[in-house]
Amino acid sequence: MLKRVLLGVVVGCGLSAAQAEEPKTGGVVNAVIQPEPPGLMLAMVQNGPTQMVSGNIFEGLLRYSPKLEPLPGLAESWTISPDAKVYTFKLKKGVTWHDGKPFTSADVLFSIEMLKQTHARARNNLVMVEKVEAPDDLTVVFTLKEPFGPFIGIFEVGSMPMVPKHLYEGTDYKTNPNNNAPVGTGPFMFKEWQKGSFIRMVKNPNYHEKGKPYLDEVYWQIIPDAAARAVAFETGKVDVLPGGSIENFDVPRVSKLPGACVTGAGWEFFSPLSWMWLNNRNPILANKKVRQAIMYAIDRDFAKDVIWNGLGKVATGPSASTIKFYSDDVPKYPYDPAKAKALLKEAGYKGEKIRMLPLAYGETWQRWGEAVKQNLQDVGMTIETIATDVPGGNQKIMEWDYDIAFTYLYQYGDPALGVSRNYITSAIAKGQLFNNVEGYSNPEVDKLFAEGATAPTDAKRKEAYDKVQKILAEDVPVAWLLELQFPTITKCKVKSLITTGIGVNDGFRDAWLDK
Amino acid sequence: MLSFIAQRVVKGVIVLLAIIVLNFFLIRLAPGDPAVVMAGEAGASDQIFVAQLREKFGLDRPLPEQLLIYVKGIASLDLGFSFRQQAPVAKLIAERLPATLLLTLTAFAISLGLGILFGVLAARFAGTFLDTAITVLALIFYATPLFWIALIAILLFSVWADWLPSFGYETVGAGYTGLRHALDVGAHLVMPAATLGLFFMATYTRMTRASMLEVKRLDFVKTALAKGLRDGIILRRHVLRNALLPVVTLAGVHAGTLVGGAVLTETVFAWPGIGRLMYDALIQRDYNLLLGVFVVSSAMVLIFNLVTDLVYRLVDPRIEYAS
Repeated sequence: MLKRVLLGVVVGCGLSAAQAEEPKTGGVVNAVIQPEPPGLMLAMVQNGPTQMVSGNIFEGLLRYSPKLEPLPGLAESWTISPDAKVYTFKLKKGVTWHDGKPFTSADVLFSIEMLKQTHARARNNLVMVEKVEAPDDLTVVFTLKEPFGPFIGIFEVGSMPMVPKHLYEGTDYKTNPNNNAPVGTGPFMFKEWQKGSFIRMVKNPNYHEKGKPYLDEVYWQIIPDAAARAVAFETGKVDVLPGGSIENFDVPRVSKLPGACVTGAGWEFFSPLSWMWLNNRNPILANKKVRQAIMYAIDRDFAKDVIWNGLGKVATGPSASTIKFYSDDVPKYPYDPAKAKALLKEAGYKGEKIRMLPLAYGETWQRWGEAVKQNLQDVGMTIETIATDVPGGNQKIMEWDYDIAFTYLYQYGDPALGVSRNYITSAIAKGQLFNNVEGYSNPEVDKLFAEGATAPTDAKRKEAYDKVQKILAEDVPVAWLLELQFPTITKCKVKSLITTGIGVNDGFRDAWLDK
Repeated sequence: MLSFIAQRVVKGVIVLLAIIVLNFFLIRLAPGDPAVVMAGEAGASDQIFVAQLREKFGLDRPLPEQLLIYVKGIASLDLGFSFRQQAPVAKLIAERLPATLLLTLTAFAISLGLGILFGVLAARFAGTFLDTAITVLALIFYATPLFWIALIAILLFSVWADWLPSFGYETVGAGYTGLRHALDVGAHLVMPAATLGLFFMATYTRMTRASMLEVKRLDFVKTALAKGLRDGIILRRHVLRNALLPVVTLAGVHAGTLVGGAVLTETVFAWPGIGRLMYDALIQRDYNLLLGVFVVSSAMVLIFNLVTDLVYRLVDPRIEYAS
């Protein structure tokens, strides 16, 4: 029987020099976490800081290499049926929860049911699942309604964390006392959380991968001010600044400090892509020529080199170059103010006011908003900046009460998971975030994204995604800006922190300290 | 006096109720609610998710009903449940209270003690170099933004000199106990308390100086001088005591705000206080938590106002309580 067998072999990791060294056991690492997570129960809270801390406490069935190939996690191997509808996972033997109870397929089944209620992204990812079965304690079988190409990519810890059935079944999830002292299967156990100060994790002595983790403890330090976080690193009080911990303009200085090491790796799964929502309902922005003019008017190389200090990459279209099925063969929009002016003239734009909503994520974003405003004014557009905080901005975007709005979203490794949601007609729904809030609708695009998601082979998927990327880049439903890079800065003595495509989120499993 | 206190307590409760109702509606005027924030943070949202959150937090009910539920809770000393942190508000505030009070009380003591001392010195030596030096220094501390002083202090004492820790309440993971722990917390406290104290110290200095110079010109001081009393006694018994009234008023207002923490100082020094809790609650539209902090700090302002009125009597026995 022809089966695509994807055995649990470590692929594509490419051992670096640091990883090739013999890891040393012991030691304590201090990392920054910002902002303070609202909770650590990953099945119920999925914001960035929670994923970063709890990704070391909980685990998923799979992990992903920097090239987004699946790696063993709680599942040691997996097979996919020839019709691409049945996924069978063999769970690792001898895995226990932090309280000593065994981890079994019943936990997987329970987790899926719980996540469908508490985890919006997991619910969407699981929409193609017809049934999930557990023929024995160590086997889980997912049967899909129809082939769903990205399905093998939905099992990392943040997307589908495993939850202990024996602690959550039959309880009110919201008030379950374990939410404050989470119990997972991960390399580190939750120990203490002094609100406003630090979160402490200690080594799981019974971790299922013998010898790991190497570190004794990890402290997540909560330091609310970006400058103070930089000082804490500078004075040796913290060893790890995960991506985004300090203001972007401080990155070059801090990176050059003695004993500092920097890497841009570990964001491949998330691949944050920034763009400006262009409200296609606005009669001016409904005109494709105006949207194209905006693309030509924005100096994205300037933004990359000056505002982001050379970090990142100019985006070419709806997909980041680091995710599957990215295509470079699309219409391009180099900085060309003259062309932008000509297009605006053709479109009959007469200087009508356009409201712009910058992203209230700190200095770098504020500066970017100012630079783009200047770019657009230079080609004759009238821009009014609307100042608001994050919830206020989100509210305006979800109510479609904006003309242009900055954002950046994760792409989750596959166009079907993190890209299509922003362009397909069925994702237009008022009162929600991160869907098709620009109101773009194109039946051809809808059809191609559907084909891409359900095509049985990667070749067929690629064909559909190549076409759709071309159409979108031509139509400019939103104005793509940069593929963002959030470098992780560490003391060089911290080794092997980033080994997978999800980076620090499960990084301390392999990390060790060169004392 | 008892009827005075009773009257003030009744008035206080009415004011507190008004504060609750006003804040309840003011907070909700800001765009975005906790469901929007949490949907935003989750990186995904669908109608079920947002609706679930709104239902869970009771935000789907009519506003008057939400207010009624909240006021009922307050009446039974229940500050409600934090939407975002999934914990009782009272517990969250209580967790932050010790660190907050340590910081604000230390800063209060520094500012009041040194402020009065420098004010007295400046008034005693009015017109001299010492007076000018104190006045100029007070003006500088009064006018300089707190966060800037804080950052410069970190640069000087943490980065360059490496004398003091730059952030936090204690050395995390050091496991100090007893005296060693107290010293460790003390070392962490120096910069935030001094930074916060300097601003208020400047205020007290200027007020004490001005008030003393005013009192010094009055006839009873001349009489005391004519009686042949020594300068020190005149200054202490006659001038300072009379000059302290406005300082007490200011200190009363200041003391009432201590529980509310100090957002800027706490942020720059990563001090785990209530100011930061309140700021985070605002940014995250954590209505119950924000209201809870408002209720507690408003109650403290009212209590300290009452205490201030009582202290007036001690400072100036001529003051009588109107009943």
